[in-house]
Amino acid sequence: MAHIPLLSLLIWLPIVGSFAVMLTRNDTHKQTARFIAVVISVISLLLCVPLYLNFDTSTALMQFREHLPWIANYGINYDLGVDGISMPMIVLTTLTSLVVILAALRSIKVKIAQYLAAFLLLQGMMVGVFAALDSILFYVFWEGMLIPMYLCIGVWGMENRSYASIKFFLYTFLGSALMLIALIYLGLNSTSFSILSFYALPLTKSMQTWIFFGFLLAFAVKIPMWPVHTWLPDAHTEAPAGGSVVLAALMLKMGVYGFFRFSLPIVPDACRQFQWLMIILSLIAIVYIGFVAIAQTDMKKLIAYSSISHMGFATLGSFMIYEIVRNTGNFRDAYVSLEGAMVQMISHAFSTGAMFFGIGVLYDRLHSRMIKDFGGVAHSMPVFAAFFMLFAMSNVGLPGTSGFVGEFMIIISAFKANIWITFFAASTLIIGATYTLWLYKRVFFGPAVNEKIAALKDISGVEIAIFVILAIPVIFLGVYPQPLLKVFHASVAQILYLSQMTKLG
Amino acid sequence: MLFNLSIKNLSLAIVLLPLLGAIIAGFWGKQLGRTWTHRITILLVGLSFFVSALVCKALFYDHMDGYYGTIYTWAISGGFHFDVGFMIDHLTALMMITVTFISFLVHIYSIGYMEDDKGYQRFFSYISLFTFMMLMLVTANNFMQLYFGWEGVGLVSYLLIGFWFHRESANVGSLKAFIVNRIGDMGFILGIAAILTYFGSMDYLTVFKAAPHLANATMTILPGVHWNVMTLTCLLLFVGAMGKSAQIPLHVWLPESMEGPTPISALIHAATMVTAGVFMVARMSPMFELSQTALSTIIVIGGAGALFTGLLGLVQDDIKRVVAYSTLSQLGYMMVGMGASAFSAGIFHLMTHASFKALLFLAAGSVIVCMHHDQDMRNMGNLKKYMPITYIAFLIGALSLSAIPPFAGFYSKDAIIDAAHLSIIPGAHFAYFCVLLGTFVTGLYSFRAFFMTFHTNERMTEYTRQSLKESPWVIWLPLVILAIPSVLLGCMLAGPMLYSQTGLLGNSVYVAPQYNVLQTMSLDWHGALAMFEHSIYSPAFWFGASGVVTAWLCYVVYPAIPGFFKRHFAWAYFILLNKYGFDAFNERVFAQGSVGLGRWLFYTADAKFIDDFFVNGSGRSAAWFSKVLGRSQSGYLYHYALAMILGLLVLLIVFLLI
Repeated sequence: MAHIPLLSLLIWLPIVGSFAVMLTRNDTHKQTARFIAVVISVISLLLCVPLYLNFDTSTALMQFREHLPWIANYGINYDLGVDGISMPMIVLTTLTSLVVILAALRSIKVKIAQYLAAFLLLQGMMVGVFAALDSILFYVFWEGMLIPMYLCIGVWGMENRSYASIKFFLYTFLGSALMLIALIYLGLNSTSFSILSFYALPLTKSMQTWIFFGFLLAFAVKIPMWPVHTWLPDAHTEAPAGGSVVLAALMLKMGVYGFFRFSLPIVPDACRQFQWLMIILSLIAIVYIGFVAIAQTDMKKLIAYSSISHMGFATLGSFMIYEIVRNTGNFRDAYVSLEGAMVQMISHAFSTGAMFFGIGVLYDRLHSRMIKDFGGVAHSMPVFAAFFMLFAMSNVGLPGTSGFVGEFMIIISAFKANIWITFFAASTLIIGATYTLWLYKRVFFGPAVNEKIAALKDISGVEIAIFVILAIPVIFLGVYPQPLLKVFHASVAQILYLSQMTKLG
Repeated sequence: MLFNLSIKNLSLAIVLLPLLGAIIAGFWGKQLGRTWTHRITILLVGLSFFVSALVCKALFYDHMDGYYGTIYTWAISGGFHFDVGFMIDHLTALMMITVTFISFLVHIYSIGYMEDDKGYQRFFSYISLFTFMMLMLVTANNFMQLYFGWEGVGLVSYLLIGFWFHRESANVGSLKAFIVNRIGDMGFILGIAAILTYFGSMDYLTVFKAAPHLANATMTILPGVHWNVMTLTCLLLFVGAMGKSAQIPLHVWLPESMEGPTPISALIHAATMVTAGVFMVARMSPMFELSQTALSTIIVIGGAGALFTGLLGLVQDDIKRVVAYSTLSQLGYMMVGMGASAFSAGIFHLMTHASFKALLFLAAGSVIVCMHHDQDMRNMGNLKKYMPITYIAFLIGALSLSAIPPFAGFYSKDAIIDAAHLSIIPGAHFAYFCVLLGTFVTGLYSFRAFFMTFHTNERMTEYTRQSLKESPWVIWLPLVILAIPSVLLGCMLAGPMLYSQTGLLGNSVYVAPQYNVLQTMSLDWHGALAMFEHSIYSPAFWFGASGVVTAWLCYVVYPAIPGFFKRHFAWAYFILLNKYGFDAFNERVFAQGSVGLGRWLFYTADAKFIDDFFVNGSGRSAAWFSKVLGRSQSGYLYHYALAMILGLLVLLIVFLLI
């Protein structure tokens, strides 16, 4: 299999496919467009099978390498490869894209070909972000994916879509500008623009600080971290369901992925110096944003804030490691925390993605996102209510669901850093339960508030299939996370090792 | 051999059979229909009960060793193993048989109680799932699995309290139950984190073995504030127990859990789940015994619960609420037993309580079915005429609850009272006072309910009266079966459980020599019969019996007495009716407070400050700046000339100055 460029296929097949879908034009050949899109996303998912099966979990080295000169004079190459951190993210990307495309078949009524094309394009770009080993290539994909997302919100969004799409674009675009400067600086001082070559590059303290904050702004906006989070609730509420799913399940993860791939190994001394800042920002995300979620009246905004709060765990797990190592002198303890951050990312994709999709299901039927317009949905949609309960439980971190795994690993290892970090992190047990179950109670329980709700049709066919696709990993990872952790092990160990080095000497 | 009947495989069967039932009923309930759904789930839980009995036989009669080991490795991270495994010893075996026994009977009972319900299959799926979760909790050999079961029973409890989700009160009750439990769980998970940090493992045996070495270790909470590690860990774990076992001040959810169907009140909110905290403390006895502060906290909180929540039962008119408050009070007794290091006595009370309280709840359920789901005792009276079996069953339950010899409750409660009397833990005197007075209160509210329901004049409407009749056999049969242990369990097990050399719990619990009150008590033990004969010397009997007599005087002989108290002690009545103000306080401070805080953070901090001031603000400044710049590009030559001259001047001045 080694001679088949799997990663390139995973990137370019959907991108080329998106043009094929575009060619069907307008809404005259809807079926053809749908057919092509589904076939392409299914093939992409099938391509992930050899990617997973041939993946060697025993090494942290990059695998499935592809290397072509691109702008040779500057040492910029088309350089691809995956390790235990990016491989699961790529599988997640193709799986989520399939779900989104399946969901669109029913719920998108206008310009469906363009919609499908946008998501295929987005899929290719996102796989590119995770597979790129050249920093400029990474940057191209990183910025490139903004375009289809911007269009997605701007064209298929709700009433206030233009404000939200501009806000989304400017926020994330400005965030990335400093990252580009940092990448160029690193590239010029290193032998090439290869990310891996940055790992060995010695850097002074002040330079590391500059680069750290350059990266931080880019990644913090993406995750998003408090206080640069305000674009997300707007983007989510205005985006169509598919856009929200991709945003929550994949695009937010790129920020944390960035910390893993860039900040921790490239500027370890600066990370150590500013770990307190990262921990505080993470805890603010968990507690403050959790309370904000309680106050929401719009279902999508509520889940959006819940998302930010959950991503706080991922950033907490990533940066708590310095404090843990300082206290225990032991890498092992920090390892649980870092791996917990990875699990949290993957798990959050399924549960939050599913909840956004669920809200889309309700919106398709009643054209409202407001909690007050609902009540008693469980009477007319029992199957839907059962699925939503599962994802809500994963959202509150109930053991046996995937949401538990990451939270648990991070909370228990936080105690080694500081009891108060654990205390504030664990407060999510109460806050998370409050906003999630209160939402559930108001939407699903109680008597059916009006005839429209009493007459709702339960989910069927494709909708059930989508929920099943998302429910299986939620339960499987909750009951048996070991197969996923095994994929992480070697690469997380490598990142941890690099993050504890110093580049000053 | 295909089926190796080792303890491990038997335990696997015990745990997984109810899960299988839950899955079948949950996914294929509709296709199977009602009859087959209950047949299959009952068969599987019955099998589970049967196998539990086999395990008990193997452990207690054949003196076989239990099992301690891993079933599968859940995750490995950083060299830490997170396993799913079993610890099958005497304590686990007793819990397994108690859980499966009550669950089996409740399954049968539900055929009758849930007869006309739309969610029949869903109900059976839930109670089987609950049984699975509870069994996972008691069989765990590590803290992670304990937490799994702990949260799992919480989930099913939440689903079942809100089972009738068209009722607002049920939804409020279930939400409250989940959130209050989560407060406890937060403490619990902090405790688990402390254990992993200081013991480097989550396995019970590893932790218990290391515990004595850490008895004097301290940790820094705040700069300059050092705490004993063992005390902190035990207290954090106990916060979890306070949530699950409804100890003050986290008891507020239990009365509202009565919004669920009565069978689950019996199973979850009386016999099994709410005793999980008690079980947990007994299971962790090697740790709790090392911290006097923790034991002291337990005995004081337990004692306060035993008395003060019992008092609340006196003013309730809803038959289920009376039984619910009595559960709160009895949980307090069990905790007092734990705090006094009389773990066997606490677990013994847990078992007797499981039978007589399940009996009381199911009997109350029988009354409720008969009364067409009217639960108000003011509308009942003289039901003994219409439902003799339920009458006798309730009477037995109430006698057992009121510690009247020779019923089961007498033996276990008397042991706890004695233990509190002998205990040297700080706070034991207070607890002794509480449990003793609590026994009087128990007799009073139990028989108040009993007389109001089954004696006195008939107060129901004529329409209801005409349809009064004994419940069908699926309802009364479990009552009859439960009545047996409610009578006999005490005299049968008191000897082996409490006073024999090793005790029925064997090595499952550890008691530090200086706290061993049960050993002192065993010197006075001359068998169950002798204890029965000497019960006139036992304070438990006198306090319990006087409670019963008082109830008889107040509600049968002179019904004017309660009214007199209500008029002249209106303030006391007011306090009790408002449950000491816990609910009002929680509602005002915590519920409204957190929503208010959330709103403020959202509308002020997020929307006004960050978004409007910074984000849109920078957008506006950019627009303003571009306007200014735009104005300077006016196209008039003299503007540009002026700018050039000014620029030249500035440069010249700068050069001159340098």
